[in-house]
Amino acid sequence: MRATRKTMQRQHNLTAYGFLLPWLIGFFCLTLGPMLGSLYLSLTKYNLLSAPKWVGLSNYVTIFTDDQTFTNSLWLTFKYVFMSVPLRLAFALLVAMALNKGIRALGIYRTIYYVPSLLGGSVAIAIVWRQIFDGSGLVNRFLGWFGIEGPSWISHPDYIVYTIISLSIWQFGSAMVIFLAGLKQIPGDLYEAAQVDGAGKARSFFRITLPMLTPVIFFNLVMSIINSFQAFTPAFVIGDGRGGPLDATMFYTLYLYMKGFSFFEMGYASALAWIMLLIVGGFTAIVFMTSKFWVFYGDSKDGR
Amino acid sequence: MQMKAIGLGLSKHALIILFGIAMLYPVLWLISSSFKPNDMIFTQTGLWPKEFTLDNYRNGWRGLQDVSFGTFFANSWIVSILSVLGNVITCSFAAFAFGRLSFKFQKLWFALMLVTIMLPYHVTLIPQYVIYSELHWINTYFPLVLPKWLSHDSFFILMMVQFIRGIPRELDESATIDGCSQRQIYFRIIMPLLTPALISAAIFTFIWSWDDFFSQMIYLSDIKLFTVQLGIRSMFDPSGQSDWGALLAMSTLSLVPITLIFLIFQRYFMEGIATTGLK
Repeated sequence: MRATRKTMQRQHNLTAYGFLLPWLIGFFCLTLGPMLGSLYLSLTKYNLLSAPKWVGLSNYVTIFTDDQTFTNSLWLTFKYVFMSVPLRLAFALLVAMALNKGIRALGIYRTIYYVPSLLGGSVAIAIVWRQIFDGSGLVNRFLGWFGIEGPSWISHPDYIVYTIISLSIWQFGSAMVIFLAGLKQIPGDLYEAAQVDGAGKARSFFRITLPMLTPVIFFNLVMSIINSFQAFTPAFVIGDGRGGPLDATMFYTLYLYMKGFSFFEMGYASALAWIMLLIVGGFTAIVFMTSKFWVFYGDSKDGR
Repeated sequence: MQMKAIGLGLSKHALIILFGIAMLYPVLWLISSSFKPNDMIFTQTGLWPKEFTLDNYRNGWRGLQDVSFGTFFANSWIVSILSVLGNVITCSFAAFAFGRLSFKFQKLWFALMLVTIMLPYHVTLIPQYVIYSELHWINTYFPLVLPKWLSHDSFFILMMVQFIRGIPRELDESATIDGCSQRQIYFRIIMPLLTPALISAAIFTFIWSWDDFFSQMIYLSDIKLFTVQLGIRSMFDPSGQSDWGALLAMSTLSLVPITLIFLIFQRYFMEGIATTGLK
C-alpha cells in the first residue's frame, strides 16, 4: 500500500511538473537568469560587441554622483507617477460613484468611459495627443473660449509633462470598472442603517464607501504605481523620442533605453535597471506595509 | 416632487453623456480628420468633414519604402495571434498545476510566480536582448512571441488560478473515481470550464501585443518585418514634416482590430477586469 502511494505521489509530481514546464523554463531563462545577468552587467562596461569589462561599482557611483540626466529623469518620473496615479484613481472613483446608483444604460456609459483605456496605449493616440495639445490645437482653442491663452504645451519644456500626465488620467476607465465592481459588493443595508442614524451623504461616503473600497483601492494603487514607473510610449511619441525638449520628456525608461540601445552602454543601462527595480520594489513595500493601517478587510477575524 | 426627481435624473444623464463625448473627443477628432483633405485637417475645426476624401487612406496604405501598410497589418496579426495562443495554452497549464495539483515545492514556485508579476520588465531587458542577439534572433518574431509560449506574463497565471479555485473540486474527484488521469482532468474538466478566463486572457494578450511598441521597436529594424505601431511611428516625424492625412488614416485603421475585439467580447472583458483587476 505504502509503495503504491509513493509511486502515485511520484506520478503526480511528474504530471504537475509537466504542466509547469513552460513556466519553469521561462522563469529560469527569461526571468531569473537575465536578472542575475543584468546584476552582473551592471558591474561592467559592456557594449555588446566586445566582452564585458569588470568595473566594480563605478557605474553606480557615476549614476549617483555625476549624472544630472539620471537625477532629472528620476524626478520627472516621480512627478509623473505621483500626479497621474492619484488623479486617475480619484477620477475613476468619482465617475464610478456617479454611475453606480442603479442608473439606466449603465452598460453603454461604462463602455464609453472604458474606450480611452482600451486605445490609450497605442502610438496612434499618443500622436493625436501631441496634436490636440499643440500650440493651436483643440485644448488651447477650448481654453480660448474662456479667454485663457494656453501655452504651447508640446514645445515648452515646463508644460509637456502635463500633456503626458493628462493622457494617463484620460485612461481612468479600467480603474473605474474595478471600482464599479467593488461598489456593487457593498451591502445596501449599511447605507440604510447610516441613514436611520442620520448620517448625511458625505459622512456615508467617508465612513462606509471609502473604507469598504480600500482593498480595491490598495490593489489599484500598487499596480498603477508599478505600471506608471514603466511608462515609455507616451514619453517617446509625445516628446521627440530623444527626451526633448530640454530633457522634459526624459522619463526613466526612456533614459534607460537610450543608454542601452542608442549609446550601447549596456552595463550602465543595467545599473539603471537595477536601481529602478529597487525603487519600484521600495514603493510597493511601503504600500504593502502601510496597508494594515488603512486597508479594511470586512472578513478579518478581529472584526475591526 | 416627482417632476423634480425626473428633472434631476435627466440632468444627471445629460452631464454623464456630455462628459462622455468630451472623453471621446480625441478619438472622434482622429477619425474625422482622417477623412479630411490634408490642408483642412488643422484649419477646419468642426468634426464633420466639409470635404470628404479617401485619399488619405489610399496614400497611407502605400506604406513606407515600397512596403505596403497591409504588410504591417499582416505582421501585427501574426505576432498577436501567436502571442495569444502561447499565453492561453501555457498559462493555463501552469495555472492548472498551481490551482489543482499538489507537488513538491509548490508553495515556493507559487511565491516566485507572484513576485515576477511585480518585476519591472527592464531588469531583464538587456540580458534578454544579449541572448536573442547571440541566437541571431534580432529581426525575427521570436523575441516577441517566445516569452508568451513560456508563460512569461504571470499575471494571467494568477488570474486563471483564482478562476480554477472557484471550480468545485467534486468534479475532479468524481472524474478521478471514474478513472480519469490528472492530464485528462485538465483537458476534459478544467479547460472547458475555464473558457471565460481563457477568453479574457486572450483578449488582453491580443491588445497588449498589438500595442507593445517598446519590444517591437527594440527587436525589429527590418522594414519588411515592421508592425502597425512601428509603421505609424515611422510615418510620424516629430519635427512636423509628416503627411498628416495619411498618418491619421493609418492611425485610425490601427485602432480598428482592438475596438472590434473589444465590442465583440465586451462581456468577458468587463468580467475579466472586474474580477482580477487587469489593466
